[in-house]
Amino acid sequence: MAELTYRDAVARGIAQEMARDKDVVFLGEDVAKAGGVFKATVGLYEQFGPLRVRDAPISEQAILGAAMGAAMTGLKPIAEIMFSDFIAVCFDYIANEFPKSRYMSNGQTKCPLVVRTGNGAGSRFGAQHSQSVENWCMMIPGLKVVAPSNPFDVVGLLAAAVRDPDPVIFFEHKSLYPTKGEVPDGEIVDTLGTAKIVRPGKDATICALALMVPRALEAADKLKTEHGIDCEVVDVRSLVPLDTRTILGSVAKTNRLFTVEENPRLCGWGAEIVSIVADEAFYDLDGPPVRITTPHIPLAAADILEDMALPNAARIAETVTRSLGS
Amino acid sequence: MSKRALELQPVVGGQNDDIGEAKRLELYRSQIRIRDAEQRAFDLFLQNLVKGTSHLSLGQEAIAAGFGCAMQKGDLSFCTYRGHAHTLARGVSVEKVLGELMQRDNGLMRGKGGSMHLTSEEHGVMGSYAIIGAHLPIACGAAWRAQYRGEKDVSVCFFGDGTTNIGAFHEALNFAAVWKLPVIFVCENNLYMEYTPIGDVTAVEYPAADRAAAYGLPGVVIDGNDADIVYREAIQAFDKARSGDGPSLIECLTYRHGGHSRADPAKYRPEGELELWKQRDPIKVYRERLKQFSVAEARIAQIDAAVRKEVDDATEACKAAGMPPAEILFTDVYADGGWAWRN
Amino acid sequence: MDVLMPQLGETVAEGKITKWFKNAGDSVQAGDNLFEIETDKTSMEVPATFAGTLSAINFHVGEVAKVGAVVAIITGAGEAPLPPAKSAVSVASAAPARPVLATAQAGNGTSLDPWNAVRTPERNFGPARRSDGTASTPLARRLAAERGIDIATVVGTGPHGRVVARDVAGAPDRRSSQVAALTPSAVAAVYDQRTYEEVPLDAMRATIARRLVDAKQTIPHFYLTTEVEIGRLLALRKEVNAATEGPDGPAYRVSLNDFIIKAWAAALMRVPAANAVWAGDRILRFRVADIGVAVAIEGGLITPVIRNAESKTVTGISWEMKDLAERARSKKLKPAEYSGGSSSISNLGMFGVREFAAIVNPPQSTILAVGAGRRAPRETASGRAEFHDVMTVTLSCDHRVVDGAVGAQLLAEFKSIIEHPVSAIA
Repeated sequence: MAELTYRDAVARGIAQEMARDKDVVFLGEDVAKAGGVFKATVGLYEQFGPLRVRDAPISEQAILGAAMGAAMTGLKPIAEIMFSDFIAVCFDYIANEFPKSRYMSNGQTKCPLVVRTGNGAGSRFGAQHSQSVENWCMMIPGLKVVAPSNPFDVVGLLAAAVRDPDPVIFFEHKSLYPTKGEVPDGEIVDTLGTAKIVRPGKDATICALALMVPRALEAADKLKTEHGIDCEVVDVRSLVPLDTRTILGSVAKTNRLFTVEENPRLCGWGAEIVSIVADEAFYDLDGPPVRITTPHIPLAAADILEDMALPNAARIAETVTRSLGS
Repeated sequence: MSKRALELQPVVGGQNDDIGEAKRLELYRSQIRIRDAEQRAFDLFLQNLVKGTSHLSLGQEAIAAGFGCAMQKGDLSFCTYRGHAHTLARGVSVEKVLGELMQRDNGLMRGKGGSMHLTSEEHGVMGSYAIIGAHLPIACGAAWRAQYRGEKDVSVCFFGDGTTNIGAFHEALNFAAVWKLPVIFVCENNLYMEYTPIGDVTAVEYPAADRAAAYGLPGVVIDGNDADIVYREAIQAFDKARSGDGPSLIECLTYRHGGHSRADPAKYRPEGELELWKQRDPIKVYRERLKQFSVAEARIAQIDAAVRKEVDDATEACKAAGMPPAEILFTDVYADGGWAWRN
Repeated sequence: MDVLMPQLGETVAEGKITKWFKNAGDSVQAGDNLFEIETDKTSMEVPATFAGTLSAINFHVGEVAKVGAVVAIITGAGEAPLPPAKSAVSVASAAPARPVLATAQAGNGTSLDPWNAVRTPERNFGPARRSDGTASTPLARRLAAERGIDIATVVGTGPHGRVVARDVAGAPDRRSSQVAALTPSAVAAVYDQRTYEEVPLDAMRATIARRLVDAKQTIPHFYLTTEVEIGRLLALRKEVNAATEGPDGPAYRVSLNDFIIKAWAAALMRVPAANAVWAGDRILRFRVADIGVAVAIEGGLITPVIRNAESKTVTGISWEMKDLAERARSKKLKPAEYSGGSSSISNLGMFGVREFAAIVNPPQSTILAVGAGRRAPRETASGRAEFHDVMTVTLSCDHRVVDGAVGAQLLAEFKSIIEHPVSAIA
């Protein structure tokens, strides 16, 4: 067992897979000698060499296109897009090429690649470098979308993503990079498409993702000590495939649903979960399902403004109290 | 009218025969097969049997045939939505291609991809791409895999003159040059970007060749309607790639007889331009070439008849084929063969 | 073979013929231009795709044909006209029915239907809004339905009076209350060691049982009691009865209860809000006082109604009561004579009952229970004790119609009339 930071867990996960399978290769901007702008890939170049860990030019389309060509013909590439906001620059590959090739070819071609990218706010980078865009990928058929909240999940889910034969978009949260967690020794492989109940409870279900998970847990503690409300917190972890069974099971038990989403309001990932619950689990609900999200605005750069925008423990607790206690 | 149309090399006979009769017959057969199949697709379109959109290569056969015949087994090709010719040139059956255009269950992808996305992994046809320029980086990736594993196959990607102005073209050329990838970029310059003359939207005269220097590559322009010239250039590019000397960018001048797509009667082209280029029709050029190298008329007619038969048989088979069944709507979204996004 | 109007342009549905290059009867070669078509986007020449004779032209210059329509027919040289090729239109129009597809297997073996990837519940547990305007949560409705509880009867403690799950959890289970009910055999078992006579239920007994259980369970009763001084009333009665004396004795005798009926009617006239009945989703208020008067008969009781008691004289009420009571005891009352009424009176004073509370007769909202007259001490103004004639009455009210203050007012008016009887006629 070791205590690792989230960023070290990224390197650990990639190294685990590259050591296991020679077909796993890694490319991105400043990922090799520099170890990545977020220092999430330190040591890989030294361990695996310049043929397997490659620096690319500032060419997001070429990075993703090359990853696809390599994946189609036998390799298992990991491609980094430095800031998740930049997937807008190479979105053709994420929306039109990776997820449709197999279907259009009637199953002839494959695309076993992973795109890992730095997602989310909290680093004061301003509106174009702070977005949470996992919902942009959730809505495209044929992709898999993952967003871990802690170092242990980073290793396991990255390994699962590399081993998955489908294109996986792996969202690392920039503000979680320095956070620490216990990671056991040895090989760790998790399962895509599984959510985790990180805090069992009986009065309400709170679904959260990535940075919002520790905030939801903080809110749950506050709710318990100050209001006696016992919340169940679900770390969704995987948007596609979605672990509806865990979420629906939780709502059947607590009869109330809240989501905590860093996405701006419209079409955040929670909208789909609320829709599913309001339909399939309508008769398990004892009150309206409520989404707690960043408002529908670009993010400001100043720290005080950015912090106001994202859901925090106080806002989560206040919303839950108001909703349950009214 | 573009001056380039007058700069084409004249048909030359009696040269040293570095190509050989067998290869020439192969080159001819490939071209006439493409011509016949594409013409049949046109006719079937008029009978409302070929549906949806369709982009024909009538007049551009020499490029697909020239490169196709230069490829070795294992080489990979990536083309655009104007990809029937390249698919046929790699040996995919006329029946499967027409079947896909006619949206039948016997089509190459059972109707799931359509005319613009012809793919045959077993023939090395690694997709036809409808987003302009998307496949150039993808071809780079396939080449990267060959380089990484020390495998000897080469990736070839075909694209039009319009592609040279999109971002992915420039990213891919730079990427391939910097990493010295075994990839060949073939620009089929048919003088029109969809409905607009390419000169109206491009800063340089030769849209591909004049950009090559920006990527440290030689600019190459060839007569794309002479299959021998295309073939020779292709062999050189393959040799260069296979020996680890990196990518090539080859601009082939050509002309399309039809419109951009089936729906386009190409009335934007100047009077007389089509007629001029029809004098340089690749089939016409190559029939003369064969005669110059003493291939008998009867032999040519034999090839023509065999190709016609293949096209006729394919047509009948496709007319008799059923429609794709509803079940396949949900297959192959994911590698497990299914569609499930939830449990 | 048919020559079809081609699909010129992906989004075009028809084309206009702008030129014919051939005439009917001409021979054509494959590749010869036949006609030119124009759409809103562009124009195009359409060539023949096979050789033969142009034997028929169906659309001429200026005419519009839909994509796929047969524009002309070419017959093969020397051949009879071929049957039309299977037209693309009929092939395309076989719209595939949505089949039962191989469903995806989820990890736990439950099948996912790709057409219904989100499974809407099949059972609907009823509307959210209740008749009183409050709502119930979906969970509450489901729990109520599963436990056999009528959600309309559950009190909501959620926001805006909403019925939430805990309200249903707290409501008595209909099934369990049925289970707890004593069955005949259970009762017989209790008295197993005793002897008894079994009395079967006649219609009246069964009706009383049913109606009074229902009244007690559904009507929110409350009770108001007051003591009424009846000295003046007794004196008035004496006077009235004396006035009826004739040579053969009294023509009739007016009872205290007859005065009470009259006074009650008068009081109801003074408090119209109480002269009303409960009608489920509304209240019916009357302008007349039809008073039901409970009459004990053998094996039960019945409540004939004195209509328009407020406009009848006490003697008139008295005559009517005697007649009704007699026919009640001999079971000769017609249904019209004991149905309706806006209020009732039950008098057990003749049996010495000092005070009691009666059960409201639905749909009425009030019933006055009258006790026996008696002598009771009163403190006078000078502090001495005097004995007066008093009786105790108890008013039972249905709180849905009559609130405390209204009931109290009604009782106060009655007391006032009884204690000052002249006010009823003045």
